[in-house]
Amino acid sequence: MAVITRGFGGRRRDDTDLPPGQYRTDDFPVLSAGPTPRIGLDKWELAVVTETGERSTWSWAEFTALPADEPTVDIHCVTHWSKFGTRWRGVSVDTLLADVETAAEYVVAHSYGGYTTNIPLEDLLDGQAWVAYEFDGEPLVPVHGGPARLLIPHLYFWKSAKWLRALELRLDDEPGFWETAGYHNYGDPWREQRYRAD
Amino acid sequence: MARAAVPGRLTWQAATVAATRAETATARTLVLDVDGWTGHVPGQHVDVRLTAPDGYTAYRSYSISSAPGPDWLEVTVQAVTDGEVSPYLVDVAEPGDQLEIRGPLGGWFVRRPADPRPALLIGGGSGVAPLMSMVRAAMNPTRLLYSTRSPSDALFTSDLATARAAGDGLVAVTHVYTRVAPPGWPAPPRRLDADALSRVAWPRDADAVAFVCGPTGFVETVADLLVDIGHDPANIRTERFGPTGG
Repeated sequence: MAVITRGFGGRRRDDTDLPPGQYRTDDFPVLSAGPTPRIGLDKWELAVVTETGERSTWSWAEFTALPADEPTVDIHCVTHWSKFGTRWRGVSVDTLLADVETAAEYVVAHSYGGYTTNIPLEDLLDGQAWVAYEFDGEPLVPVHGGPARLLIPHLYFWKSAKWLRALELRLDDEPGFWETAGYHNYGDPWREQRYRAD
Repeated sequence: MARAAVPGRLTWQAATVAATRAETATARTLVLDVDGWTGHVPGQHVDVRLTAPDGYTAYRSYSISSAPGPDWLEVTVQAVTDGEVSPYLVDVAEPGDQLEIRGPLGGWFVRRPADPRPALLIGGGSGVAPLMSMVRAAMNPTRLLYSTRSPSDALFTSDLATARAAGDGLVAVTHVYTRVAPPGWPAPPRRLDADALSRVAWPRDADAVAFVCGPTGFVETVADLLVDIGHDPANIRTERFGPTGG
């Protein structure tokens, strides 16, 4: 039985693209667990590390020379906001993994600053995920994860790790920062997988 | 009914507004009675769900501002211009009204009262709400630095004065005013800077933990300044909110 809140009318919008429990915002809120890391592009490096320890790395110049996509996608934060039609530029994870041999089924994304999050590998492939370095036609600013962040629009946005440093391919699933702090292991907005056991 | 839920699963629980307290002209604390509420850790938040008579629902997250305790909690809400939920909670809800909550939530921006490390709490505007829960539950040395535009924007004024005056000396409170200072205030209004932070921060070897909460720009500035004055980034926990909310 739903509890009716006396006197509440709400401000409805015809947003059929909203996952359950979300509201639409035109701002771009910032959520991070600690200070914003500042990473010089001369020191920046992106790595893909396989389950056998093989590393592929890209400097900033090498990374930004890779073929890039310009996805326009909706994004959904577990704190209930959704932002529609966000415009990014980034390298598809398919491109980063094209020459990588792996039997892994899981990935842990590692950030500068120490943040981690886990994603099934299949959720990063087939045009579903990017390492983004521009937002709305401008270089991605540090508070939103610049120089480069993961972008996985079909999962809650904490999976889209900011300040991405490495993608670690794993045979087993290793819950990350929020996943060990009470949040859902997978995080599908359309199934409202916000918290553990949702 | 909610008690029959699967263990470990967070269910929506009915909450009854037991009382309200005006904090400022645009912010209010709601005391919520929740049957079976088992308490929280200071710093945690709840999701709030409001349901209109025709079934339309809206959800927002709010920090818990009260000390932990069974069967009730308090949330302190700042009305957001053009907001959907906060104007209802600040201006419309009355004792006896019902809503739903889910929680407590969050396992990072929390201070367990028994944590022996000294804590530096830095709040901007209504970002002081989760820090107030930490102050109220403090069992170990705690310093609060609270930045508001003016004295009339400050939440919990009398509660903070009481906490500071408590004989145990655990809690120290410093106010910073960025636009308008009270009459006779020793310093002109100004934004928090490295100098002000240095005077309040714990010594580098104190193994202190910092909690910073407020609008995005405030938190970015303060967290950067803390790193600049030598605070270990690993011991800085932040919670930001933007103009979005409501």
